[in-house]
Order: sequence, then C-alpha cells, then structure tokens
Amino acid sequence: MATIQLTVNRKAYEVDVDPQMPLLWVLRDVIGLTGTKFGCGIAQCGACTVHIDDAAVRSCAIPVESAANQSITTIEGLSADGSHPVQRAWEQIDVPQCGYCQAGQIMTAVALLKKNPNPTDEAINESMTNICRCGTYNRIKKAIKLAAEGA
Amino acid sequence: MNTQQHTVSRRDFIRISAFAGGGLVLGFKLFSSCGPQQEAGVIYELNAFVKIDTNGEVTLMNPNPEIGQGVKTALPMLVAEELDVDWQDVKVEQAGLDTGKYRRQIAGGSGSVRDSWESFRKAGATARQMLINAAAATWDVAPGDCTTEKGQVIHHDSGRKLGYGELVERAATLEVPEDVPVKPIASFAIIGQWIPNVDNSAIVTGQYKYGIDTKREGMRYAALVRPPAFGQTLKAYDDTETLQQQGVERVLRIDNKIAVLGRSTWEVMQGAKKIKAEWEDGEQMESTADYQRKFREIVARRPAGDPQRKDGDVQQAYNNAAKVFEAVYEAPFLAHNTMEPMNFYADVRADGVELYGPIQTPERTRATVAKLVDVPEEKVTVMMTRMGGGFGRRLMSDFVEEAALVSKTAGVPVNLIWSREDDMGGGYYRPMCTYRYKAAVDADGRLIAWQHQSVGTTGNPARAGSFPAGAVPNLQVDAQEYKTPVTTAPWRGPIHNFIAFSEQSFFDEVAHAIGKDPVTFRLEVLEQAKQQPAGELEYDPDRFAGVIKKAAAMAGWGTPKGPNIFQGVAAQYSFNSYVAQVAEVEKRDDGKLKIKRIYCAVDCGIVVNKSGAENVVEGGIIDGIGHAMYPELTLTRGKPDQLNFNTYRMIRMAEVPEIEIQFIESDIDPTGLGEPGLPPAGPAVANAAYAATGVRLRTQPFVKSGLFA
Repeated sequence: MATIQLTVNRKAYEVDVDPQMPLLWVLRDVIGLTGTKFGCGIAQCGACTVHIDDAAVRSCAIPVESAANQSITTIEGLSADGSHPVQRAWEQIDVPQCGYCQAGQIMTAVALLKKNPNPTDEAINESMTNICRCGTYNRIKKAIKLAAEGA
Repeated sequence: MNTQQHTVSRRDFIRISAFAGGGLVLGFKLFSSCGPQQEAGVIYELNAFVKIDTNGEVTLMNPNPEIGQGVKTALPMLVAEELDVDWQDVKVEQAGLDTGKYRRQIAGGSGSVRDSWESFRKAGATARQMLINAAAATWDVAPGDCTTEKGQVIHHDSGRKLGYGELVERAATLEVPEDVPVKPIASFAIIGQWIPNVDNSAIVTGQYKYGIDTKREGMRYAALVRPPAFGQTLKAYDDTETLQQQGVERVLRIDNKIAVLGRSTWEVMQGAKKIKAEWEDGEQMESTADYQRKFREIVARRPAGDPQRKDGDVQQAYNNAAKVFEAVYEAPFLAHNTMEPMNFYADVRADGVELYGPIQTPERTRATVAKLVDVPEEKVTVMMTRMGGGFGRRLMSDFVEEAALVSKTAGVPVNLIWSREDDMGGGYYRPMCTYRYKAAVDADGRLIAWQHQSVGTTGNPARAGSFPAGAVPNLQVDAQEYKTPVTTAPWRGPIHNFIAFSEQSFFDEVAHAIGKDPVTFRLEVLEQAKQQPAGELEYDPDRFAGVIKKAAAMAGWGTPKGPNIFQGVAAQYSFNSYVAQVAEVEKRDDGKLKIKRIYCAVDCGIVVNKSGAENVVEGGIIDGIGHAMYPELTLTRGKPDQLNFNTYRMIRMAEVPEIEIQFIESDIDPTGLGEPGLPPAGPAVANAAYAATGVRLRTQPFVKSGLFA
C-alpha cells in the first residue's frame, strides 16, 4: 500500500492503494468515477481511455503510481454539462447504440482533435483504434468531423 | 425521488382492461419532488406505460431490456405518438421486471417492436382518451367535440385548452375506455421520425450507470475462478497466496468454481489469478481440429435422424439434372464479446432477493434464481440496467446465478464481475458447424434441387424454411447436433448468421457456374417461388425481390465504379424482415482486396425510429463483416486458445467500409430489426471477393484466405 496524490478533473485526491493497481480501477472503485469503462484490461479495446495532460491513454494498463501528480481528465471532467463540442456532436449524430465504449471513444476523439483539429479520414482511422462492438464506427467518424467543423 | 402516497383512496384505483396484456393497472398517486425549491407535483399513473405529473411532466415507461438495439427509445415513441405529446417533453424511465403489468420483457428474437406495436399504441391512445374525457367532464361538453395537441386537450368550438397535467388527477378517477382506436398511419407525427437515443446525454457525460458500475453499501466485489477447459471439474485448490492479496477478504468454493470476494474489482481479479487449482479432465476433451474432421465425415453422408424438410425427391432430380453442384462450408465458434463483460449485483437474504444488472431475460432469470437460492419467486426483484451489449449472450443467466450463489453463500451483497478472459473463455459461443450443399439445375438453367446437410455443436440446426426453400420442387434439409461440453447460445441472428453466408455463397456458385447473373438468378428463383411454390413458403417473394432490386439499383449493379471495383450480392429473410446487400471490394495494385462499400436495402415494414433503425442495421452490417472476416474461437483439448482482444481480432474503424442504407417505404406493421442487418453482410463480401479473384471463400474467418489487405 502507498499513499498517492492524484489530480483528477482538476480536483486533488489522496488514495491509499497498491501502487500497481491500474489507474482505471482507482478511478472506478476507489474514487467512484465509473464513467471510465473496463473492457479488456490489456490496453486493446480503449474503453478505459482517459487523458493524462492532453494525451489519450488506456488507463487499464497504467499503474496508478505512474499517474501520480499528473493532470488526469476523465469523461466526467470533459465538461460540466455535456457541452464539449465532441459530446454535442455525439448527441447530434446519435452515435451510441449500447453506449458502453463511447466514453473511451469520445476521450480518444478529443485528444485527436486537440493535436489535429481537422483530421483526414486516414488520421481518424489511425487514432480511433477503440473497439465498438455495436459497430457505430461510421457515426463516430461523422461526429468527429462535425466536431472539427464546429470547433 | 418518488414515494408512493400511503393513503390511497379507493376511488384512486381504477381497473384497466387487459389492453396492455398485463391486466390491471391503475392510477395511484405518487409524489414527485424534484428538489426543495420546486413545488412538488403529484404523479398519476394512467396505465403501465404512462405517468403524468400535475405539473405536466410526462414519463413513459420502457419495460423491455435495452441492449443497444434501441427499444428504450422506440417503444416509448409508440406510446407518445398516440398520447399526443411533444417528444421533447417526454421523459423515459426503465421499468423493472413486473409480470403483473407487462408481458414479454425480453430482448431477443428481434421481437420487441413487433410484439409491442399494437399494445403500446393502444396504451397511449387509451391514456389520451382518459385525458379528453376528463377535459370534457370539466367543461361539460361532449368528448367528441374535443381534440388534443402536444400535451393539451382543446375544445373545438370554444378554443378552451387544458394541459395534461391539469387533467390527470381527474382523468385517473374516470372509467378506462375500451377499444380506443389508434391513429391512421398517415397522421403519425413521432413514429417514422429521426429520434436520438434517450440515454445519450447520460452516456456521453459518463453518468449512465451500467450494471458493472453498481456499488452499494456493504457490497463486496467478487471474481470467480472457472475451469480453464470445457469438461473439467475442480479437484482441489490452494488459496494461500490469494488470501495474502491486499483487498481480498474471503475465498469460497461454489460448486465447480472458486469465488474471491473483496473490496475492489482489481484486487479480487488479482486474487483469483493467484488461486492454485487442480482440474480433472472430463471424457471429451476435443480440439477444433477434431471437430473439423468429424463434422466433415458426418456431412459426407446424410446426417442421422429424420430430415427437417423434404419436398419432392432430390435423388431423382439429380438423375434428371443437366448439372449438379456440391460444396462444403465451415464456421468457427464465436464469442459474443459484449464490451461490458458479464456482471451482476445480487443481494440474497432469507426474506428476499434483489437482482440488479444487465440481463436480456429477466423473467426466466427470476424463476431460475428463485429456485436456485430457494426463495419464493414473488420475493425476487429484477431491475435491468442498460446493457453494454447483448448479442444473445445475456439471454443466458449463468452469471446471475453465480452472483446469487456467491451472495447467498457469503451472506453479503455482491457485484460479480467477469474479466475479459472469463468472458471470452466462458463459453455460450455461436455454435461451430459444417454445412454441405448440393444443387441441381435442368437444361433450361432452372434450379430443380437443393440439398443441405448440416452438423454442428448444440444449437445449430439448419433453418428448414430458409431460401431457396419454397422455390425449389426438390429440396431436403438434414441437420444433426454434435454434443460437446462446450456451451453454446444464440448469437445475434442465430443460425441466420451462418446459413446466410453458406446459402447465399453457394447460390452464387451455382449462378456463376451456369453463367447467370447472381441478381437475375435470385429474382428468377423468387419468381419460381411465386408462380409454383413448393411446400411451405415462409417469405413473401415480392418483398424479397423488392429489396434485391433496390440494393442492386443503389449499387448500380453490373456497372462497378471502376476497373478495380468488384461487386457481390446477398439477401436474407430473417425475423420477418427482408435485407439485401451489395458489397463492393477494391482490388489493389498488390492484388489484395479492400472492402469499400456496402449498399443495403431493408424491408422491415414501418420504420419506427429512423435514426435507431439506421444505426442498428449499420451496426449489424459491420458486425456481420467483422465476424466473417477476422475472429475465430478455437479450442485445444477443450481450452479456448483466445482469451482477449490481442488474439481474438475484432473489426476496427480502419476496416469498416462506407455504408448506405435505404428502407422500403411501407405501411405494413413493423418487423424485426436488431438482427436482420447482419446475415447478408458476410456473403455479400465473399461473393464480391469471388468476382474479384475467382477464389470461393467457404470458411470463416475470411482473413485466413490471404485475399484481403
């Protein structure tokens, strides 16, 4: 066990956990932010995507100790009310089916648009490697383009 | 927060006729308090589907489980249409299992909208009539002189208006009218519109609580160690290291499994990994290669048992045929791989059981769990959360039963959570199967015989009425199940998901072999079914032909958009809906194929929600392509070889083609849609691949053929 300082959605937390516990589980089970989802546990599916600073990372494969003292943003911290342009685009295009992977998809898309505000289809394909089992990929792509236009 | 008023007077209870299938529903008062600053309205339940607050807020109940197929939006739309409210003003709530109020609370067989079409609209229309009657009584006018508009009752002559909120208290005391007519299709204002998913804002902000997110006071997380191979039993285990794992509190044996309980998901999963268990092999520890060999042997002769269907005499037809064709098609096991792994919250106490989580079959699950933990069924509650995917996996209740047993044994509420490895290795797969086809044509190129011999693990019997049954004078279908310890289950579009591939590909083989255009040949055979139906005909040949013609027209069939673009067609009738698809593949300079585009025509009768319908069909196409192309679940001596997405390949964005979907305009009652988009996608791609390369794909996954980029 170790005491670790975390900054999540601009709020400071002190957690007393196994330093090897992945960030995902600290967010979900310890802090109680369950918007970040568990899908595979081996950084393959992207359901657990959060931001460390501005980069999209797969939180299921990051020991919490390596996220200490960095700025972590989860889906809950993207906006107070769902007003982030990417969230709005997701609603406008009506992307979700089951919705489970969408927090990770949105976090990945936000990070992409920060780096590349007008991504080509190829750039979108390259960044958006998250799995959507329902197959909302084409609507995700549309929503990213819509958000890019609106930004 | 809603609390039921304790003193409900006799006259607040109203019997409602059995229009909603549930029998009796009533208006009892419920207080609605939205916060200290807002004046509390009183909620009245006009029937099982409609609650209206005296402030005018309308809440519609969705009784069916939502797995991503869109019923939580589509079903309340049916009620809202007839209630005559603005969709923007409606709130939707998920109802728990309540067999007194609702019937068929199940997500399966693409049946929710089909089954609710009449009763849900009737419920909305009846509630509307009650509000009209209340207004008419208030104004002392005839109900026939009143109408409604977006949540208000209006008196024609005087122009007086009253909102539903102002009327609901009185409406709830009135007799429930019977046989209230529903709207003519032409006046639909909500049905047929483009309506976004009602949970979108909760989903995109991460606020929606899925079952896996459930955390309650006193609850423990639980992980289970299961036999690594099908057919194994637990002999002994050592939990020393597990109990040293921080956060782990208890280890329990539950039948053939070991439960690890503790304070966080990760800690119990870590603890589970540290169990040292000894497993004993069963008698039948087979591998994928064993199944392949045995299945090929079985289909080489006629499978045992009586034919599923026999029209005419195929042997005689072969003797008189101009040409006879044969081919064998094979399908692997597939895991469902819902993105939200199996999980369930269970609190089993002597005086009652609470079950809360993602389940497609709450009613059957309640009965199963009640028996299992020995608590009367009426003391078991089931609440369904929106599910992170279903695809048929959550028709099974094995994981709910596990959660209930762990809770009962440990004496605490638990949220039992499966890892991805548990989920992918845990069985209930799409059955593995081998299908052998034989067909004959006469000298005029007419299809005169069709034979289908199939074998597969449990759950794969052929569909005896599947195309071209009904169109061919001599047809025989034989199917045999091969028993194994490997558990199988319905998987999106059960049987259709593979029979469409094999049938539509083999049909394509025959078309090419006799020099006929695959679209023309399909239309000719459907015309045969219309002119001279043979045996039972399950589908409507005109509607079937309609989608094929439509998809062909959308794609510009026969004139591909470039020298390197090749087309393939496939169509399937499933869940009472007709779907045809044309796939376009591009042959790149290196000779490899890339799937470029799918044109899809759907006839599912009336489309209830344009957005939801398009979304679920598009998803079905991508699912169909993805699973035809990439993954297979193989076994070595009963042990799954793939346990996570690093070895089990799922389709991702870069592999997804452009998709264009059109729905046939129709005034026929809606039919299934959650599944029908999937079956034609794989064969359309395989047929396009043949057009491009001359190589016939008869085994899934296609990626093993090496044809694709």
